[in-house]
Amino acid sequence: MSSSSELITLRDLSYTYSGQTSPTLHVPEFRVNKGEELFLYGPSGTGKTTLLEILAGVLRPTRGSVEILGRDLVKMSDAERDAFRAEHMGYVFQSFNLIPYLSVQENIELPLHLSASRKARLGTVDTEMVIRALCGNLGIADLLEKKVTELSVGQQQRVAVARALLGKPDLLLADEPTSALDADHREKFLKLMFELSELYGTTVIFVSHDRSIEKLFSRSLSLESINKVV
Amino acid sequence: MVFLKLAIKSLQNRAFATTLTVISIALSVALLLTVERAKRAAEEGFTQTISKTDLIVGARSGPLQLILYTVFNMGNATHNISYETYEKVRMNPAIDWTIPYSLGDGHRGFRVVGTNQDFFKYYHYRGDRKVTLAEGQEFNDLWDVVVGAEVARKLGYKLGDRVVVTHGVTKGEGILQHDDRPFKISGILEATGTPLDRAVYMSLQGMEALHIDWQDGSAPSPDKIVPHNKLSKETLPVQTITAFFVGAKSRIETLKLQREINTYKEEPLLAIIPGATLSELWNGLSYVEGVLRMISWMVVAVGFMAMLIALTTTLNERRREMAILRAVGAKSTQIVGLLVFESALLTAVGVLSGVVVSVGLVAALKPWIETEFGLYLVGPWFTRSELLYLAITLVGGTVIGLIPALRAQKLALKDGLSVRT
Repeated sequence: MSSSSELITLRDLSYTYSGQTSPTLHVPEFRVNKGEELFLYGPSGTGKTTLLEILAGVLRPTRGSVEILGRDLVKMSDAERDAFRAEHMGYVFQSFNLIPYLSVQENIELPLHLSASRKARLGTVDTEMVIRALCGNLGIADLLEKKVTELSVGQQQRVAVARALLGKPDLLLADEPTSALDADHREKFLKLMFELSELYGTTVIFVSHDRSIEKLFSRSLSLESINKVV
Repeated sequence: MVFLKLAIKSLQNRAFATTLTVISIALSVALLLTVERAKRAAEEGFTQTISKTDLIVGARSGPLQLILYTVFNMGNATHNISYETYEKVRMNPAIDWTIPYSLGDGHRGFRVVGTNQDFFKYYHYRGDRKVTLAEGQEFNDLWDVVVGAEVARKLGYKLGDRVVVTHGVTKGEGILQHDDRPFKISGILEATGTPLDRAVYMSLQGMEALHIDWQDGSAPSPDKIVPHNKLSKETLPVQTITAFFVGAKSRIETLKLQREINTYKEEPLLAIIPGATLSELWNGLSYVEGVLRMISWMVVAVGFMAMLIALTTTLNERRREMAILRAVGAKSTQIVGLLVFESALLTAVGVLSGVVVSVGLVAALKPWIETEFGLYLVGPWFTRSELLYLAITLVGGTVIGLIPALRAQKLALKDGLSVRT
């Protein structure tokens, strides 16, 4: 059983894509504590994104259990997993995080409209104010009314972080969100992100093939050390 | 509701394709509605070609034949009825009025009708409209004729023009011309949009005068010709007529009256109720209606295909959008909902625009359509069946939206949060 300090416990997890014979992922055991900033590295094609998608509850493992906050995602229905993700997680992609026909603010608000419990996490505070404050911290407060297409890549990624962290989720999953940024912006971006995640008590799992940023995280793991695919 | 906003903004984002799709649906719906309306107008106009007449009486033949040669200027009577019989029948106390009709001659392809002043008094069409003169006066003199609106327009006639009647209804110049009996145009009828516009009217006596010296259907030899100036309306006896219209004193007596005329002993007569025969005739033509409707539905189907293509071709470029929605917590069924909703929205806007186009066109062109095509645009804007068609179109568009929607769901499930190709 997971102790109260554990956020995620994977046991005997295995995932095989349909049409393939060997599994992409086989994780005998993997734990993440609450409040950790975990860096998972590994070359492309080693199943980093697959692992994130399993944690997000978008993919259902072929075998094993995925316990998050004491609940096993494998035992949930598809709809329950979607609702769980909406309530407890934020996700940041490598790029193209934003829906092009919505404004910056509308993009950030999106999770609140899809999940009432995510909105409830904001408490009684005015949503508009929360978003302003959050974006103030990320240095994008003046972009709220802008069209997404007018933003630079760095700005877009910060908007994506704002969306992922709105409502103080338990878990932030990030799939190489800095790979499109230059070295200077990369560090600044991560610092901003950690500032907020620490403030919110959000656990961060960050996958990348670029080890130059490793030192900024509280823990660093190679995917190969947990993925025992032969 | 967030999906309403997403759908609207997404459609706006693809404004060009959206507009084209809406236009294609709108045009097909407008066509469907307009065809239905034209069909209703045609039926209304057809069955109202003659109104307020309770019976049409002619020599015994078939009901369709009788209505065709009296009301539609088509075909010929095989027999006439004697004037004596007419006189006797019209004495029936149940009869309020009659209009005698004598046919058989033509003028440059148009039919010549011998009748009397009661024609102007009692002939009704399209409810309570009467035959009125656009100019001039009725045929008061033996050699007067009144021409229908189309006759005047096509042949460029004006008051006072001379008219030569042809024996038998022939196109162009006939072989047997009644050129010894020239008539003069005393009046031109107002356009009615009915076959009334395509005939020439004269008095019964005028009709008799044409044939007074004819025997067994052939022209008289020169020595037997009755001089023109020896004929006058007062002295000419009317021998036969072809048919007559009857207005009964009360509707209830019509059936009894019809039976009495049909069993008239001295001469075989046929009395028909025009409304019933017209409906029967119209139903005989209803396959045309069916074909038109089928074509309209095919056009609607093509409109839907355009929508299907527009939605499906954008799916690939929208996979990223779907992945983002999934990442923030959208269920795959909500993705289906979003796309179905988009199709429903497109269809609804299309249907609405189609209705506006159709109603607008009909309203704007009504006067022109009525005079030019004789279509009689009355009745409600929409009948129940037309509302049903609109509902079917709405449901159809939404159901067709399921095709790209289910495909999007499949893609979304396959893609997860990263777009795999």
